[in-house]
Amino acid sequence: MRVIVNISLKEGVLDPQGQAIQNSLSNLGFNNCNNVRTGKQIILDFQIDDKEQIITETKKMCESLLVNTVIENYDIQLEKET
Amino acid sequence: MRSGVAIFPGSNCDRDIIVALKKVTKKIPLKLWHKDKEFPNLDLIVIPGGFSFGDYLRCGALAARSPIIENIKNHVSRGGALLGICNGFQILIEAGILPGSLIRNKNLLFTCRETTLEIQKTIKSPFTEGFELGCHLKIPVAHNEGNYFAPKSLLDQLSSEGRIAFKYIEEKDVNSDIDYNPNGSCDDIAGILSKNGRVLGMMPHPERAINSLHGGTDGLKFLTKCIENIVG
Repeated sequence: MRVIVNISLKEGVLDPQGQAIQNSLSNLGFNNCNNVRTGKQIILDFQIDDKEQIITETKKMCESLLVNTVIENYDIQLEKET
Repeated sequence: MRSGVAIFPGSNCDRDIIVALKKVTKKIPLKLWHKDKEFPNLDLIVIPGGFSFGDYLRCGALAARSPIIENIKNHVSRGGALLGICNGFQILIEAGILPGSLIRNKNLLFTCRETTLEIQKTIKSPFTEGFELGCHLKIPVAHNEGNYFAPKSLLDQLSSEGRIAFKYIEEKDVNSDIDYNPNGSCDDIAGILSKNGRVLGMMPHPERAINSLHGGTDGLKFLTKCIENIVG
């Protein structure tokens, strides 16, 4: 089963990359957007199907390595089965 | 004085700090590999700069979960001195040995140049006690993620506990358009101490200012005082 972890910077944490993107967007004439924040996505493929276990394990991964909880938030999504 | 340098895949200032430590201590420091689970008791461990594990995920994140870290934590709880320089500072933060975080430089540039540091009033620490309060040191930085960030409550705590070792400072007689703070760090912080003062994390590279050919020797002065006080 596939799990998607979305990691974003917490509110109030400076995102110079987001600011640079926003500047470029406004240079291109996109003036309706006044704030850009960047983040990252981590895709995990599990060999098990127990959703509860997958979520518990992913949370542990986030807290111990994937996310710097001082400055980042995360959310975990289970990809819908096809 | 027994010192060691912890080396990770991607460390690139290990040889420079080994040369610097050898110059100061007159002994060759022990090279420690990131997989080492055992090593003899040391007085000082240095985690050098570089790009450990290619800066993947977050700077220092993967190195901070290496086997050697457990032993480095034991070294700290024994009261051993620990110095993290640049990527070493990022590793100490990711390992939870020092608080806060180091984020992307405010100007989005990899900044490589000399900075002026001002020694702050701190708790008793071998890394600062050899210097007069307010003394200036010229030491270069070279980093992309050196912007020290922490919530205001933590910044206040670090300040009140005397754990800010040095700050970037503007030189009064120099007219320059370049921001004296190379990365936009909160409160111009360049280095912080642990609660017991025995651990220092700093973005500037003292090992890159140990020879007049480097353009200055304040790094040598700094390391010499540190070693004196670690031993003393």
